[in-house]
Amino acid sequence: MLHIINKSPFERDNLDSCLRHAGPGSTILFIEDGVYAAMNGTTMADKINEAMGDLTFRVLGEDLEARGIVDKVMDGVERIDYAGFVDLVTESDKVQSWM
Amino acid sequence: MNDEQIIKQFMYVNRRAPHGTIYAQESLEVVLIGAAFDQDVSVAFIDDGVYQLVKGQDTKKAEVKNFSNAYRALEDYDVEKLYVEQESLESRGLSESDLIVDVQMKSADEIKQLMEEQDVLLTF
Amino acid sequence: MKLAIQVNTGPYTHQGSDTAYQFTKAALAKGHEITRVFFYHDGVNNGTRLTTPPQDDRNIVNRWGALSEEHGLDMVVCVAAAQRRGLVDEGEAKRNKKDATNIAPGFRISGLGQLVEAAIQADRLVVFGD
Repeated sequence: MLHIINKSPFERDNLDSCLRHAGPGSTILFIEDGVYAAMNGTTMADKINEAMGDLTFRVLGEDLEARGIVDKVMDGVERIDYAGFVDLVTESDKVQSWM
Repeated sequence: MNDEQIIKQFMYVNRRAPHGTIYAQESLEVVLIGAAFDQDVSVAFIDDGVYQLVKGQDTKKAEVKNFSNAYRALEDYDVEKLYVEQESLESRGLSESDLIVDVQMKSADEIKQLMEEQDVLLTF
Repeated sequence: MKLAIQVNTGPYTHQGSDTAYQFTKAALAKGHEITRVFFYHDGVNNGTRLTTPPQDDRNIVNRWGALSEEHGLDMVVCVAAAQRRGLVDEGEAKRNKKDATNIAPGFRISGLGQLVEAAIQADRLVVFGD
């Protein structure tokens, strides 16, 4: 399953809840304000690193650029673009946007 | 191929409290309309979504719409799989007896498994 | 692949409509079929023709209209959500005795059933919201 997170983990608990409900083998994609979760050195980093055992993390590059944090992404969170976003959707068996 | 021949597993995931935003109410409207399409439907209440089912909501003085009775009508629309996440309920100081309708209590792990079984997930 | 899109947020206030647009554009460029773009909740506000955004900013309503025209997209605004928020076409104006219409070109007002139908018929439903 592809899970989409579009809020900062410091604003909302969407990522928290997603991590509690995402099955092994899932991909979590950070878009919009969700890309802040992909930054290194945050208080969320440990949780995300731990989850990398079971889950794959991706971050939308266009939203990183808009926010000036392109060089601050944590290791292990691969950057994709809108075309890559489309591929993630079609390659996953289903999509869940966490509102 | 017409709609009757495709049956998908739909899960409506409710994560937000009622009244503070319209999402709870407008998601219920999708569930009710969607019931006519004979799909395999379940509704999950997790995180603040559990607040939607608290009984005794009286909106007269706040003058907002009281739609909580509609949860009781879901059964009439053959929407019978209502899942409430145990951890979400307990962490909010609530129990099953606080709820307006009969539900199936599920753990977060069970909800996780149920989500994996779906074809379509709509979160509100 | 057949993709259905749901847009839950209005123009400018949230990024949802922008992201949905960029995603839709990218999907079309890859040769996928967008079976429907369904606007729900405040997303119906993407369907008003009365916006005047600043010249140096993107015109969200118009670019949805242009994309729709270029690719023959079916862009549906939910009638119940539209009635609540004041999105009106000719039919709604007559039915509800309104003295104006404001629906933008390329959008049509229809029922929630269109969303459920889209979710059944498409291979994937992608939801953009708040």
